[in-house]
Amino acid sequence: MRFIPHTADDIRAMLDTVGVASVDDLLADVPADLRARAGIDLAPGRSEAAVCAAVNALAAHNLAAPERCFLGAGAYPHFVPAVVDQVLQRAEFYSAYTPYQPEVSQGTLQAVFEFQSLVAMLLGMEVANASMYDGASATAEAVLMALRLAAGRPRVVLARALHPQYRDVVTTYAAGALGIDLVEAPFGADGRTDLERLAGLVDERTAAVVVGYPNVFGVVEELAAVADLAHGRGALLVTATAEPLALGVLKPPGAFGADIAVAEGQSLGIPVSYGGPGVGLFATRNAFVRAMPGRLVGEAQDGAGRRGYVLTLATREQHIRREKATSNICTNHGLMALAVTVFLCAVGQRGLHDLASANLANAHRAAARLDATGRWRRRFAGPFFNEFVVHGAPAEAAWEAAQQRGVIAGWPLGRWYPELSDSLLVCVTEVHDEAAVGRLVEALG
Amino acid sequence: MEFPEDLKYTKEHEWVLIEGGTATVGITDYAQDQLGDIVFVELPAVGDKVSKEDAFGVVESVKAVSDIYAPLSGKVIEVNDDLPDDPEMLNEDPYGDGWIIRIELTDPEEIEDLMTSAEYEQYVAEEKE
Repeated sequence: MRFIPHTADDIRAMLDTVGVASVDDLLADVPADLRARAGIDLAPGRSEAAVCAAVNALAAHNLAAPERCFLGAGAYPHFVPAVVDQVLQRAEFYSAYTPYQPEVSQGTLQAVFEFQSLVAMLLGMEVANASMYDGASATAEAVLMALRLAAGRPRVVLARALHPQYRDVVTTYAAGALGIDLVEAPFGADGRTDLERLAGLVDERTAAVVVGYPNVFGVVEELAAVADLAHGRGALLVTATAEPLALGVLKPPGAFGADIAVAEGQSLGIPVSYGGPGVGLFATRNAFVRAMPGRLVGEAQDGAGRRGYVLTLATREQHIRREKATSNICTNHGLMALAVTVFLCAVGQRGLHDLASANLANAHRAAARLDATGRWRRRFAGPFFNEFVVHGAPAEAAWEAAQQRGVIAGWPLGRWYPELSDSLLVCVTEVHDEAAVGRLVEALG
Repeated sequence: MEFPEDLKYTKEHEWVLIEGGTATVGITDYAQDQLGDIVFVELPAVGDKVSKEDAFGVVESVKAVSDIYAPLSGKVIEVNDDLPDDPEMLNEDPYGDGWIIRIELTDPEEIEDLMTSAEYEQYVAEEKE
């Protein structure tokens, strides 16, 4: 499709119609001191080669090599097979817009259907939607959905060990809806949500309990106990998974009775690229499908009895139901959802398990090596997947020093948790071999 | 198109059968015809209070999702439990097996505001124009 901007004649005709002399006259109500009087101060144009050289010089300052970066904390460095980009860059997928018309969009619709099926399997749930923006907004949508399902119950209990950025997004969404009572459940000495304190917060006014799985410390929550506690008081269990590769070795949230399970899909075929884009995975029980936000692709039959795919439950979406729509989400992260689909199909069920096992082994070896230094100790005894917390030296200074030595030694947790200012959150995946872990240990020595 | 004479009607296309202090509520033949194939019905719970002109449930067809409005105020004393499994009953028998809820009325004077069969038939004829 060509983009044809307005011609000078078009602009003249529009100005004449509304009765002003110039485009500047349209801005007369904007105070003069807020307007850019002399235009925008940009450097003169440069050749393509010169721009490439300048940008490459800037990029050379990055410590971007994945084997020198132990930063997880919500975005995880993993190998992405070339087949993912190869499929993504097919023009049929790359340029396709929202598939309203099933008669011309079967490829896109089938890909979304496969995505939904894979997400439902991964999370152990009955039904998944066509994807959301990212893990944090999927969590916020899960909270709104729980409040819809549990009418008259205004309280939502968020685990303090849920990723703080996810909590922030939930808080932002909640601020737009009156009367939501968000409370925080503290974590215990082992890094898991303190069940006794949680029990004191979940009451008959509680719509949902939201925990990370694994949580922001990489620690695996006791989901069975949390589920019992929530369900015992008639509340729903919402799980949010920032590192879905963990589900290659962990039981899925659905197996513990999660009512809504969401995740960030970045780990599954999407590079970290400065923290975005990601893709939100969202799944629930069949019984709740009409309260589920976002789009849903269903498998159907055409007039001749042939298998086909079509948007379903669209009557509940905003373009049809306006202010009574189930949610504000009338779209999905199609290309990123496709990346997840291709990735999961490429590695397969067995490959996902093997990849997760390699992460588990590397991370546990790295934790043991750091422990052996005597300078750093594991902060939490709770079981972990590929991310763990160590404490010992003043973390911020040690982290800065490691960076001087060319290693990003995880994330100084004090920036999110003042009570953990002595702690680093370290992520070790399949991209970190023994030599890479050796550099980390040395850089933190 | 049927407009049974023993029923009262609303502008939102619900019908009401008054029996003593209770009212049975459904959607009209015209409503089901306009909606097309109905695939899902959301019902209130027995014991819920409803107010005249407030939404108490939802019908979803292949074309649209519509609220169902209470024609009269009162308490829900019975819901048609067969509808969630057989929503097509609303298409097939809107005035019979497709009834939706039964209300115990709190303000019987509201009945005066409803339309008669003849008035509703006229209303539908005007809406079609």
